[in-house]
Amino acid sequence: MNTSVPPQVGARASRHWGAYWPAALLLLSAAALCIFMLAPLATLLIGSVLDDQGHLSFSRFVDFARTPGVWTATWNTMWVATLVTLITVPLAFVYAYALQRACLPFTGVWRIVGLSALAGPSLVGAIAFIQWFGTQGVLKSWLGEHTVYGPIGITMATVYASFPHALMLLVVALATTDGRLYEAADALGASRWRKFWTITLPSAKYGLISAALVVFSYSVSEFGIPKVIGGNFPVLAVEVYIQVVGMHDFGRGAVVALLLLAPVLLAFAADWYIQRKQHASLSARAVPYVPRPELRRDLPLLLYCGVIGVVMLAMLGMAAYTSLVRFWPYNLELTLNHYLFGLAEAGVLKAYLNSLTIGALTALVGTPFIFVTAYLVEKTHSGPAWLRPFVRALATLPMGIPGLVLGIGYILFFNAPGNPINGLYQTLAIMVLANVVHYYTSCHLSALTALKSIDREFEAVSASLRVSQVTTFWRVTLPICLPAVLEIARYLFINAMTTVSALVFLYSPGNMPASVSILHLDESGDLGPAAAMATLIVLTTISVSIVYSIATHFLLRRHQAWRQLKR
Amino acid sequence: MAHLEIKQLSKRFGGFTALEGIDLSITQGEFVVLLGPSGCGKTTLLRAIAGLEHQDSGLIMHAGHDISHAPPAQRDYGIVFQSYALFPNLTVGDNVAYGLKSRRIGQAPGAVGAQQRVADMLALVGLPGIEEKYPTQLSGGQQQRVALARALATAPHLLLLDEPLSALDAIERVRLRSEIRQLQAKLGITTLMVTHDQEEALSMADRIVVMKNGRIQQIGTPQDIYSAPCNDFVADFIGRGNLLEATSHHQSVLHFGSVSLRCASALEHQSAYRFYVRPEDICLHNITDASENSFTATVKKTEFMGSSYLVTLEADMAQDKPLVAQFASNYLEGRSIHPGALLRVSIPASQLRPMLPSV
Repeated sequence: MNTSVPPQVGARASRHWGAYWPAALLLLSAAALCIFMLAPLATLLIGSVLDDQGHLSFSRFVDFARTPGVWTATWNTMWVATLVTLITVPLAFVYAYALQRACLPFTGVWRIVGLSALAGPSLVGAIAFIQWFGTQGVLKSWLGEHTVYGPIGITMATVYASFPHALMLLVVALATTDGRLYEAADALGASRWRKFWTITLPSAKYGLISAALVVFSYSVSEFGIPKVIGGNFPVLAVEVYIQVVGMHDFGRGAVVALLLLAPVLLAFAADWYIQRKQHASLSARAVPYVPRPELRRDLPLLLYCGVIGVVMLAMLGMAAYTSLVRFWPYNLELTLNHYLFGLAEAGVLKAYLNSLTIGALTALVGTPFIFVTAYLVEKTHSGPAWLRPFVRALATLPMGIPGLVLGIGYILFFNAPGNPINGLYQTLAIMVLANVVHYYTSCHLSALTALKSIDREFEAVSASLRVSQVTTFWRVTLPICLPAVLEIARYLFINAMTTVSALVFLYSPGNMPASVSILHLDESGDLGPAAAMATLIVLTTISVSIVYSIATHFLLRRHQAWRQLKR
Repeated sequence: MAHLEIKQLSKRFGGFTALEGIDLSITQGEFVVLLGPSGCGKTTLLRAIAGLEHQDSGLIMHAGHDISHAPPAQRDYGIVFQSYALFPNLTVGDNVAYGLKSRRIGQAPGAVGAQQRVADMLALVGLPGIEEKYPTQLSGGQQQRVALARALATAPHLLLLDEPLSALDAIERVRLRSEIRQLQAKLGITTLMVTHDQEEALSMADRIVVMKNGRIQQIGTPQDIYSAPCNDFVADFIGRGNLLEATSHHQSVLHFGSVSLRCASALEHQSAYRFYVRPEDICLHNITDASENSFTATVKKTEFMGSSYLVTLEADMAQDKPLVAQFASNYLEGRSIHPGALLRVSIPASQLRPMLPSV
C-alpha cells in the first residue's frame, strides 16, 4: 500500500457546501411548494372567513346558506356522487378482475380500452352521451320518458370519465396477491365463491375503498360534465363556476369551493387512515398468482370486457364521428369542415397550440422539479429535521384538492393587488404551475417508488470513493430511474392537455387552452367544432402515448442494455 | 500508535441507545470483527466510523487525525455492503473505476492508468477480464468480489465490511471468507468487519469485539473469546456451552451437588462459583474407568452432526439442567450412543475456569 496520509480536512469551505447543498435545494423546493400550493389554499381559507371590510366573520357562509337553491344543489351533488360511486366501482372491479385474474386474449388491448377515457377531457363523455341519448340522439328511445339532460346524463358521463381512475387503483390492488393462498385454499377444497369471498375480496379491500373515495371526490368536484349535460339540474361545482366566472364573486366562490373541499378532504383523511393499517400485506416471499385458463370463468369475463369496451369506444367514436359529419343529425355527409372552418371561425385554433405549449411546459418544468425534490427527500439527509416530513406532506396534499378549488385559490392569491408576483395572473406560466401542482402527488409517488427500489447504500459508496453525490445522481440514479421519469413526463403532458378544472379560472382570452375552448364552443351551441376539438385532443394524447412507447422502447434498448441482461 | 482510535463514542436514536461509551483501538494491518446480535450497535459503530451516522459524543482518530466530524468523502476508507451496492447500469470495469475518475491514482493519471488499475484489481479478487460484463450477469459471490475490488481500487488505508457475506449461500460464504482474509493479509490493510455470525468471526478475525445493547462486552482474540468468555452473554453468544454452578470446598475442590471435582485454578474457600464448560471439553470414558473428575450420566438424546455427535446428558452434578457434550465421530469408532444408556464422562480440571459473577 502507498503510505500517503489520508487527505485531510483542508477543504473546509467546500466541505460545508458539499454537506449543505441538498438542504439548500430542498428548502428552495419547499419554498416553491409553499408559494404555489400552500399559499393559494391558505388564501382561500382566510378569504372565506373575512367579510368585505376584512373583519373575521362567518357572514359569507351565512349568506351562502340563505341563498335559495343552495341546499338543493348540495343534496343533488351528494346523491349523484353516491350513485356514481356505486355504479363505477363494481364495474371497474369486475373489469380489473378480468384483466388480472383471468386468462383473456390480448389483455394489453383490454387494458388500453379500459383506460381510453383518460385520453380526452371529461367533456368528451358528456358530448358523446348527448349525441347518443340527447334530443336528437340515436338511442333516445332507450331512456323512454326521461331526458338525458340532468341527473341521468351527469351520472352516465361521470361514470364513463371516472371509470379509468377506479380501474387503475383496482388493477394494482388485484395485482398484488400471494398465489400460495389460493394453492392452500385449493388444497383445502374451497369452492370458487369461498375463495373469492375469503381471499380475493379481503386482499382488494383497501383498493376498493380507495377507488370509491377517488370516484366520489371526482364526481363531487367535476363541473365540466354537469355544465355540458346537466341541463337545469343544479350542483355545487357548477355553482362555483357561475359565482366566480359568471359573477366575479370570488368570496362566495371561495365558500362553495371550501364546501366542496370538505367531503373530499374527509374522504382522503379516511383513506389515509385506512391505508396506514395496510402494510406488509404482501411479504417478500410471496409467490405471484398466475391464473390458469378456465373457460367457465374466462368466457363470461371476456364477454363483459367486450361490452364495456364497446361502450368505451362508442363514446370516443361518437365524439370523433360528430366532429366529421356536416350537421348532426340532418346531414350526415362526412367532412373536415369543423376542423378547417369551425374551429377557425370560433377563433380557437390557437387554443390547440396553447394546449400543446402548456402540456410541453408542464412536462418540462414539472418532471425535473418533482423528481429532484423526491430525490432530495429520499436520498439526502442534511438540513433541519422538520424539512423532509414537511415536503412529504406538501407532496401528498394535492391528491385531495379538486382542480376547481386549486383554481379559485390561485385567483384569490395571484389576483390580489398586493401580491408582488400578481403579474403571473392570466399568463401561460400560471396555468403550467397550476397543472404541476394539481398532478403533483401521483408523480411524486412514482418518483418515490423508483427511488426506493434503488440500493440505499449507493450514496454511501460514492462518498467512500469520494465521488460527489451530483455525479452519482447523474451517472447512476437518473439512468436507473429513467423509465419512471419518462412516465412522469408523459402523465403530466396528457393531463395538462385534457384538464379543464383549474385552468378555466386562470386563462385570459389570449391564451385559452383547448380543453376550456370545448366548454365555450358547447355554450355557444357549436357541438361540431366542440367535438372536433375534443377529437383533436384525444388524437394528440394517443399519438404522444404511442410515440412515447416507441421512444422509450428504443431508448431503453440502446442505452440501458443492462436491464435486459440475465445471468 | 493505533491506526484507528475510538474514544467514548455514544449515539442515541430517540430513546434507543445505539452506542454507549465505546472505546476501541485498532493497530495497523489488523483484522477486527464487530460481533453481536442485531440491534447491538455494531453496524452503527461501523457507519459512525464511515461518517454515515453522526455520533452524539466521542472521538474518532484515523492515522493521527481527528475525523470525528469529517464528512464521509474526507475520510479515507473503502466500504463493502451486504447488498453489494454495485451500480447496475455500469459495467464491472466502470464500477471498479468509479472512484478513480475523480482523483488521480499513482503517478500516471488518465484513462490508461485507470484501466490498468481496474485490471489489476479484478485480477486481485480472482476475476480477471470481466470488465465488460454488467453486475446482473454475475453470481452473488462474484458481485461481492467486484464490490471489494471497487472499494480497494482507490487504495484506502481502512477497509470497512458491513456483513459482506450474509447474502451469499453457505458454500460461497465459506470460500469468500478465506479469500477476503488472504487478500487482507496480502495488502496489510487495516480492516473492520461487522457480522452476526460467530463462526465467521472466529475464523477470520485477529481480534473480536463482542457487543450488546450498544456496549462492548469483550475484546480479545478468537481463542480468548471462545475459551474464556468474560460473561454469560459472551459465553452464550459464542458457541454452545453448559453453565454449571458449584461451591468450593477446599482450595481446589468443588462440590457440584453430590459430585466433587478438582479445579486447576486457585479458589477461595467456601464460595459460590460458576463455570462455563464447552461440549467438546467433556470427555467420554469406559464405564468402569474411574479417572479423575469423572462421573456417570444418562443419555437423554443424541443428534448426529456429521463430524460429531451432540449428546444431551442427565447427570447429578448438573442439578436438573441438561448437560450437553460433543463427541467426535472418529473417536466413537462407529459405536452408537442410544438414549437411556449410562455413560462415564469427565470434565478435566484444566477446563474448569471460574467465570465472573453474572451481571
